[in-house]
Amino acid sequence: MITLTPLRRFQFPVMAECINPDVFQGKSVAEIAALEAWEGNRKKKLGDLFKIKEDPAETPNITLTGDASEVRRVGIGMKNGEIVVNGNVGMHLGEKMSGGKITVQGDADGWAGSGMKGGLIEILGNAGDYLGSPYRGSSVGMSKGTIIVHGDVGSDVAVFMKGGVIKVHGSAGPFLGFRMRSGTVHIEKNIGNRAGACMTGGKIVVSGFMKELIPTFTIDGVKAKVKIEEKEKVSGPFYVFLGDLAENGSGKIFVSKVNNPHLGQYEKFL
Amino acid sequence: MELLIKNGFVYDPINGINGEKMDIAIKDGKIVENVREQRAKKIDASGLTVFPGGVDIHTHIAGAEVNTGRLMRPEDHIKDVVRKTAITRSGVGYSVPSTFTTGYRYSIMGYTTIMNPSMPPLEAKHTHEELNDTPMLDKASYPLLGDWWFVLEYLQKGDLTECARYVAWMMSTSKGYAIKIVNPGGLESWGFGRNVHSIDDRVPNFGITPREIMCGLAKVNKMLNLPHTIHLHTNNLGLPGNYATTLDTMRALESVATDAKPVAHITHLQFSSFAGNDWRTLRSGAEEIAKYINAHSHITFDMGQVIFTDTTTMTADGPFEYTLYQLSGHKWVNNDVETETSGGIIPMRYKRKSPVNATQWSIALELALLVDDPWKWFMTTDHPNGGPFTAYPKIIAWLISKKARIATLKKCHKKAQKKSLLPSIKRELSLYDLAIVTRAGQAKALGLKNKGHLGVDADADVAIYNLNPEKTDIARKYKIARRAFSDAAYTIKDGNIVVKDGEILQHVDGKTIWLDVQTAEQVKVDEDMKRKFKEYWTVEYENYPVTDHYLKISDPRMIKADV
Repeated sequence: MITLTPLRRFQFPVMAECINPDVFQGKSVAEIAALEAWEGNRKKKLGDLFKIKEDPAETPNITLTGDASEVRRVGIGMKNGEIVVNGNVGMHLGEKMSGGKITVQGDADGWAGSGMKGGLIEILGNAGDYLGSPYRGSSVGMSKGTIIVHGDVGSDVAVFMKGGVIKVHGSAGPFLGFRMRSGTVHIEKNIGNRAGACMTGGKIVVSGFMKELIPTFTIDGVKAKVKIEEKEKVSGPFYVFLGDLAENGSGKIFVSKVNNPHLGQYEKFL
Repeated sequence: MELLIKNGFVYDPINGINGEKMDIAIKDGKIVENVREQRAKKIDASGLTVFPGGVDIHTHIAGAEVNTGRLMRPEDHIKDVVRKTAITRSGVGYSVPSTFTTGYRYSIMGYTTIMNPSMPPLEAKHTHEELNDTPMLDKASYPLLGDWWFVLEYLQKGDLTECARYVAWMMSTSKGYAIKIVNPGGLESWGFGRNVHSIDDRVPNFGITPREIMCGLAKVNKMLNLPHTIHLHTNNLGLPGNYATTLDTMRALESVATDAKPVAHITHLQFSSFAGNDWRTLRSGAEEIAKYINAHSHITFDMGQVIFTDTTTMTADGPFEYTLYQLSGHKWVNNDVETETSGGIIPMRYKRKSPVNATQWSIALELALLVDDPWKWFMTTDHPNGGPFTAYPKIIAWLISKKARIATLKKCHKKAQKKSLLPSIKRELSLYDLAIVTRAGQAKALGLKNKGHLGVDADADVAIYNLNPEKTDIARKYKIARRAFSDAAYTIKDGNIVVKDGEILQHVDGKTIWLDVQTAEQVKVDEDMKRKFKEYWTVEYENYPVTDHYLKISDPRMIKADV
């Protein structure tokens, strides 16, 4: 196991793509210390930025301790292995990863699990905006894998999502599942406005409060239970809405009936 | 400064030099007979290939549509970030690179002159501002005149002389170099949500046909003695079965040709050579078109090669971009440039496993290889429509080596493989032919007398590649050639060594070439014209012309017109 501890509080963003079990594999501490990273516009060595320590424990492969909230691009494209972050971490955590596991004890910043293709990210604190969503302008969304967030998440979660599961124990911001095509998002608490805008497929499940639904969705029925993934179902009852009809979509939004009495008006259309 | 390039294998098709071992002398930015050997800086080019600097006849690198493409594609830029060095500036690359990166990357490939082929005159100031910021290269722009109301009005009246005067006025007003025509008549129709579907459809309100616009402007081009021909993007571009329209277009232009000289350049011909009735039955029309071009001398063309990559399409052909949007559903931009033209942009991914894309890839190579005379065709990707210009070394490999073509074809969709003519084509370009299709032919077609060759008095633009034609059989070892043409051993611009071993050595600014066409009687900017500006344009006449101070280094070419 390699333990990385920041040597100081970073004033500028640190781009550390090399913090990745696949890259560290078979390298000695000296070799890891010589890996390249950028601090702001300066090229640095990983050893200039972090204290690097090796201990005999096998898992996790990498532990990041201390304040890593400015450390970006950790675990980009990782295929296997495990990273544990004992605190906060910066943007683009586990972007395009296809396997392995990342656990964050604190908060993660924007674009965590962006364009993810497999594996598991578990964030015990909050996550920022664009969780599981592609970079600006891109339409390549998350396709596989699982993201679990114990706290709240920001806006634009699961944009262009085409597979996989995102589970949030807290609340979510606006524009959840924008242009979503497939896959499942479960929000246990409340969500912001305009959920599912332009979605053409997939499932958004809201167990908490949802203030309003965009007008291009239609009610499809009421269901007692909804499946999140294999062997996991949540109990409702849920209103089921179908849309986004402006895009000829067949996405579904499940909204808790108990927590949303104001949506009762839709029942007359059933 | 004096410079001597010693013992290289020189390929200079304009002067008929085919791989001779010789020295090239340079003094004060020009090629000269000889220099004093003791004083001159020497480059040992023994075992290396010496070409004139590359010339690109058609590449969208600056202007309103390019910049909108940049704004639209942050995801394209994040893939290819270029950091600054002590010499070069930072930027971004891939399909729509930033201006500085464009200049550097061209220079690294040994290119020294490029033509920006579509400039709406209304956006000319913006285009020249971007060209000023594109270093390392001499450049020029073609104003879009095929659907400009003044041209349509005078063609409708049948007054070619007056039309020619306005075109001459526009050349110096927009600081342009050649007449660009895009989907003639179609863009004006697009303003009303329509398009033209053959060269004899009528343009709304003006009542003239694309045939009249093309032939009219080709005649105007002759009357004005412009160095390049009309630069034509055909009607029905990008639609299955359009090769018939292209053949009609070329036949229509026969009427303008009076001698053996070309009268029109059909650009990115690949997109205009589709046979078949729909996308499912799409096949190559290259054979018919190549046959026609082989038998006639009034047409030149460039390939518009498709590269299997993620790119951005951008053209003044608004209706075509709308068709692409309907096919892909991708994010898109479309606009109408008042009284002049239209435009559209949409990202595009060309895939080997798509039968349509793979057939397109094959068509461009078939066209090039089936047309016997290399002076009639030039290598382009229609950057960034077919793919970014940085893919040129790949195209070179496909052109010089059957082995390279077949290796790529084997990875393509089965249906496209079956339809492709490539397995039956044996032709492999020599370095001499390659020098024609990448520089000499283009310079000749453009009428750039001091570019594309290494004769005395030519501009000292030279590209030296790390390739030994005596030791390397390029057809078999195409990968060595591809590497050599990706990173020039040396690029020399105006006598300065700007690139060495694929690294930029110094940042130089290039000239902007434009035409100062002298007509016997000039267009009078009278009250009537100013009134038209007030009525039809969003800018006043006074703010319209590109004044001299807009160009960082201005290089006007005086042309004496016959009218």
